[in-house]
Amino acid sequence: MKFLEKIVDKLEPNFEKGGKYEKWFPLFDGFATFLFTPKHTTKKGVHIRDAVDLKRTMNTVIIAMVPCLLFGIWNTGYQHYNALGLTEEFGVLDQILFGALKVIPVVIVSYVVGLGVEFGFCIAKGHPIEEGFLVSGMLIPLIVPADTPLWMVAVATIFSVVFVKEVFGGTGMNILNPALTARAFLFFAYPKQLSGDSAWVNMELPDGYSYAENGTVVLNELGQKVGQVDAIAGATQLSRFNASIGAMKDKAEELGEAVGANAQAFDAGLDKLAKKYELWESFVGVIPGSIGETSVIAILIGAGFLLHTGVGSLKIMLSGIFGAVFMTIIFNTAGLNPYMTVGPLEHLFAGGFMFGLVFMATDPVSAAQTEVGKVIYGFFIGLFCIMIRVFNPAYPEGMMLAILFMNVMAPLIDHYVIQNNIKQRLERLKLNTANH
Amino acid sequence: MSAKKESLFSKKNMKLIKDPLNDSNPISIQVLGICSALAITIMLENAFVMSMSVLFVLIMANVIVSVIRNMIPDKIRIIVQLVIVATLVITVDQILKAFVYEVSKQLSVFVGLIITNCIIMGRLEAFALGNKVGPSFLDAIGNAFGYTWILLVVGLIREVFGSGSLTMFGLEGLIPESWMIENGGFYEHNGLMLLSPIALFLVAGVIWVQRAKNRKLIEEN
Repeated sequence: MKFLEKIVDKLEPNFEKGGKYEKWFPLFDGFATFLFTPKHTTKKGVHIRDAVDLKRTMNTVIIAMVPCLLFGIWNTGYQHYNALGLTEEFGVLDQILFGALKVIPVVIVSYVVGLGVEFGFCIAKGHPIEEGFLVSGMLIPLIVPADTPLWMVAVATIFSVVFVKEVFGGTGMNILNPALTARAFLFFAYPKQLSGDSAWVNMELPDGYSYAENGTVVLNELGQKVGQVDAIAGATQLSRFNASIGAMKDKAEELGEAVGANAQAFDAGLDKLAKKYELWESFVGVIPGSIGETSVIAILIGAGFLLHTGVGSLKIMLSGIFGAVFMTIIFNTAGLNPYMTVGPLEHLFAGGFMFGLVFMATDPVSAAQTEVGKVIYGFFIGLFCIMIRVFNPAYPEGMMLAILFMNVMAPLIDHYVIQNNIKQRLERLKLNTANH
Repeated sequence: MSAKKESLFSKKNMKLIKDPLNDSNPISIQVLGICSALAITIMLENAFVMSMSVLFVLIMANVIVSVIRNMIPDKIRIIVQLVIVATLVITVDQILKAFVYEVSKQLSVFVGLIITNCIIMGRLEAFALGNKVGPSFLDAIGNAFGYTWILLVVGLIREVFGSGSLTMFGLEGLIPESWMIENGGFYEHNGLMLLSPIALFLVAGVIWVQRAKNRKLIEEN
């Protein structure tokens, strides 16, 4: 550490006003304060400083995401070999290696491009580097499928940094969550890569292996049958839920107006629904999905860390879960189609619900600021997420849209919470003066 | 007669053409006529035909209103303007249907909606009612081209990145087939470009660039 400090101290004069690389000061400053406590002294205003500044907060969130990242790396490899039926030939190490080769480039691209855009803006505008992208840069890779082409990740990152952060004035001013905006951009711009059953699991064969019998069997170099391709391995939990509605509609069409058609069609949907993953599988996370979203265990570890350090908001998380359960119970009671019979726990563990709730709904900038507002905000995220999932088959995962929607609504919620508070206090004041 | 008769192409009058192109652009500065910029810019050809229709309607309406400006009773001036604009729009609609049927099908109701295009009513109210025919004519040209260039820029970007073609120039498949992902390449058309919201982002981009270049345009909060 002393060694690093010396280097930084030695380099500093070059970047100060009048120095050789004056133009690059924001860049230097960004790195120096990333490593060490900033040396700036407060010039005006309150003089109390917390040891935990913005950069430390960001680092805390990144550390909280590490379990998800590690699990995602393994799961990417595992899903790949599992779908090909090759888990016996390729053990855990191979799976981790395959996953790492897929995931780490996405992380690098996201960081390099995102920070590059931020540095560019900082140098152009001459203000110090803002560290807001540190978290977004890690979130973006965790919420896309491992196979997303890297240039798409780059384009989406540029779009979200420019149009969601820089336009509104940089870190702390964004009205939407930048990582989710990047994902929304990808989802609408390149739907084939971001949704559907072929997006989630890589089906490329390892070197030397080949397909036989119409692509259902995998052969090794010697032509021996070693694996059986799992035809439905690519479907996520949510698309399996979704398939039940399709099955019901198909059956209903097939039966026409026949007596009892509705009940039979409903049963056909339920049959389809029986092919979903077991609850424990989606809890552990050995299911296809975006890189970091599958494992509820890893997310809970991260959530525990966030709550322990006080960075994440427990209110948002709990009220989000409550909102989702509330909506699920309403649907279960109605039970109008097979999807509506899916239970609350299965909804909570499927797709990106937990990941979004823990890491993105709690984003302190775009979430509601008032304490009562946080509860309302979280509740509606959960509620809308389940509602979008069940009602709109075009968007299998409602979490992204639910959070973005509530991001936009957050200032409104805060406004009414504050107005309400003012009104209550005024009334109390009136009452008090009347009594005297 | 007044001593000096102002020439039609005097400096003051040329400003009427130049200003709307940049510093008082109807779309990016006055934020008028945004709806059509969102709706019909998926293809460059549609954007071009739309712009030409607006150009025709705006010039004719401005000139006609300017000619009869002293005869229009103030209380019913909006009705008179609407009648004039509606007549012109219906004429344009019929011409499009007769000569470029395909495009007119794609533009669908938006040709009819030129009637409600804020730019046209705005120019009639703000300029043609109070100015002579010559300046009104120039003002119409300026504003129509201010509208046109933004539509063309947005249309160009949306068509090239959204469908990889420029049908206006007979260019299909600007992106080689072998680049596409389904043929083993890496490229994929951007589906967002086919949705209306992206036009708003592109117009926002134009607004941003314009204000970054000319800081006087930035409004105070």
